[in-house]
Amino acid sequence: MTSLIEGIWHILFYVCMSKMEIVYVYTKKRSEFGRQCNFSDRPAELHVDILPDISLAANFTVRDPCNVTVQCAEEMSEHEVNTERFESESRGINHVEGGWPKDLNPEDMEVTIRYRKKVEKDEHYQNTIMQIAGLMEHCCKQNNATDIYQEFFEEEDDEVVEESEEQPSAKTINVFRDPNEVKRTATSLCWHPDGNHKLAVAYSSLEFQRAPNDMSFDSYIWDIENPNKPEMTLKPVSPLVCLEYNPKDSHILVGGSYNGQIAYWDTRKGSQPAEMSTIEHSHRDPVYKVIWLQSKTGTDIFSASTDGQVLWWDIRKMSEPFERLVLDPSKKGNLDNALGAVSLEFETTMPTKFMVGTEQGLVVSCNRKAKTPAEKIVCTYSGHHGPIYALQRNPFFPKNFLTVADWTARIWSEDIKESSIMWTKYHMAHLLDGCWSPVRPSVFFTVKMDGTLDVWDILFKQNDPTLSLKVCDEALCSIRVQDNGRFLGCGSQLGTTTLLEVSAGLCTLQKNEKAMVSEMFERETKREKILEARHREMRLKERSRSEQSREDEGKEADGEESTEELVARAEREFFDIMEAEKKKEWNEERQREKEKGVCEEKDFQEEHETNGVSSFTRREISL
Amino acid sequence: MTAEVEETIKRIQSQKGVQGIIIVNAEGIPIKSTLDNSSTVQYAGNVHQLLMKARGMVRDIDPQNDLTFLRVRSKKNEIMIAPGVKTI
Repeated sequence: MTSLIEGIWHILFYVCMSKMEIVYVYTKKRSEFGRQCNFSDRPAELHVDILPDISLAANFTVRDPCNVTVQCAEEMSEHEVNTERFESESRGINHVEGGWPKDLNPEDMEVTIRYRKKVEKDEHYQNTIMQIAGLMEHCCKQNNATDIYQEFFEEEDDEVVEESEEQPSAKTINVFRDPNEVKRTATSLCWHPDGNHKLAVAYSSLEFQRAPNDMSFDSYIWDIENPNKPEMTLKPVSPLVCLEYNPKDSHILVGGSYNGQIAYWDTRKGSQPAEMSTIEHSHRDPVYKVIWLQSKTGTDIFSASTDGQVLWWDIRKMSEPFERLVLDPSKKGNLDNALGAVSLEFETTMPTKFMVGTEQGLVVSCNRKAKTPAEKIVCTYSGHHGPIYALQRNPFFPKNFLTVADWTARIWSEDIKESSIMWTKYHMAHLLDGCWSPVRPSVFFTVKMDGTLDVWDILFKQNDPTLSLKVCDEALCSIRVQDNGRFLGCGSQLGTTTLLEVSAGLCTLQKNEKAMVSEMFERETKREKILEARHREMRLKERSRSEQSREDEGKEADGEESTEELVARAEREFFDIMEAEKKKEWNEERQREKEKGVCEEKDFQEEHETNGVSSFTRREISL
Repeated sequence: MTAEVEETIKRIQSQKGVQGIIIVNAEGIPIKSTLDNSSTVQYAGNVHQLLMKARGMVRDIDPQNDLTFLRVRSKKNEIMIAPGVKTI
């Protein structure tokens, strides 16, 4: 029996072998099922030994040994996620009554009243009402008993504003991007006069003839709460370089455009300009600044442009300006000599005076009420090396004004015409715009070409800005502070306007600030005055000294020589020296020839040859 | 019973500083109101959602807890909301 089974086992095993499966079968007598297991120890038995089959190796190719690094650590991979811009829109909800049972018509008064009455009769309703009414009454009484949110230390707060511990900082609140494909520079910003909820931004490309053909001309008015879409679009005929709200009427805006025309808009009337100035009487260059004047009608503006003119307009009659001034420093009204204007300054407390910042780096102070055009230009202040991009009087001390140009910002006093009383160091990038803070006399802001915003506090530090922030990578071209001094907007070269909020320390008036700033300005003015006086003395001395020495020489030469005579004299001297040198050379040559000639006489037969040679050599020398 | 309810409501209304009362049922229908219709509808619509959220929050933090009263204080006024007791 077992042998038969054994036989079966062998066959089974063989079959399994061909399929590469190892099976071990054992048999047991039926009577032995269920018996307890008696384990016995025995040495290991080798059941299967499969030797390698070399022929199988032909199915595989040997791989080159390669170094594989293995690390027992979690495998990580880096992913970047950028959320898509989500455009949101504000919408209102209109509430309607709901919850009425299906069979009830809410419009039907009778039915609703009946329903309500039914509910009121419900016992559960009454119980609930009694409960919560008790609670409500308790809270009402609580409210009336004491004001739990009363401010206890309000009065003390005003005096103890010692936020000097707080580091000055500024943070970005919102960023408004130019919605067009082709980005233009945000050249000018203007805050809405009431409420400061809107910001008008003028967009244009100031690079000469580099504006792409499909560039949009539009400028926008943004609502600061909504950076996704501008609140209103202004569509001028030519891109606007500057834009100003009328401080008296917040619906009117005036803009100066790239082609020299002035246009004004009424925001109630739409995106097209309400009226534009005629081309013949407008400026011939982009209008860089437009300012509203203080007048009874509230409709007067004046504009400045690099064509050298300052024009006064009444917006009701834009066909021609009612006054014109040519910025000719020689006071002859000659347009060819005129200085190009890049910025204007006008203070409503001093309506007869105004100042113009020019391309050549001069600030020209003018008087509106002068009788003759020659007297209109009162004086000039020089000291900058490049166009003056910003010009503003200090709102607290109008005698001092700030200019921003080339690589520095300078503070001037009206009385000192030769130099500024205070200046910043030369920066690495051009300064493109600046303004005073309207709440603190010692604080002003500047923006640079490398995209940084600097906040200067001259009472705290004069050499460096108190706060320097990198706002964006491209140049910042314009900056404007809101009237509360807390928010400021800056426009960049790619049309991105950033709204920033400065820390409270930079927009609250510190105690004694006015007195300290006034002292500082006076001190610097005095210093400059002394320096000016000394310079004048030194110049006088020089002049008198040179006059004396010239008198001595004057008996021979004819006193002071003009530049032409000097040039002629220099020429003559030069040629004399040349002649002298030439003569010297020629004499030397003659000497050399004489010596050679002596040798020739000795050897007469070879005269021709030597002559030839000497002539050859002579030619060499002449060459 | 209804007379008592009326009296209670009148008493609350007469408290100093109370601008108006609105009673809203579970379905959001304003049953009684001393304000004009449009304001009533606006308040009723908004309050319901706020109440649900507030109650949900309180119970989320502690399931045994429940919302008893909700005060919404704003610059101009204060809205006081007493949620009705839910019976099973």
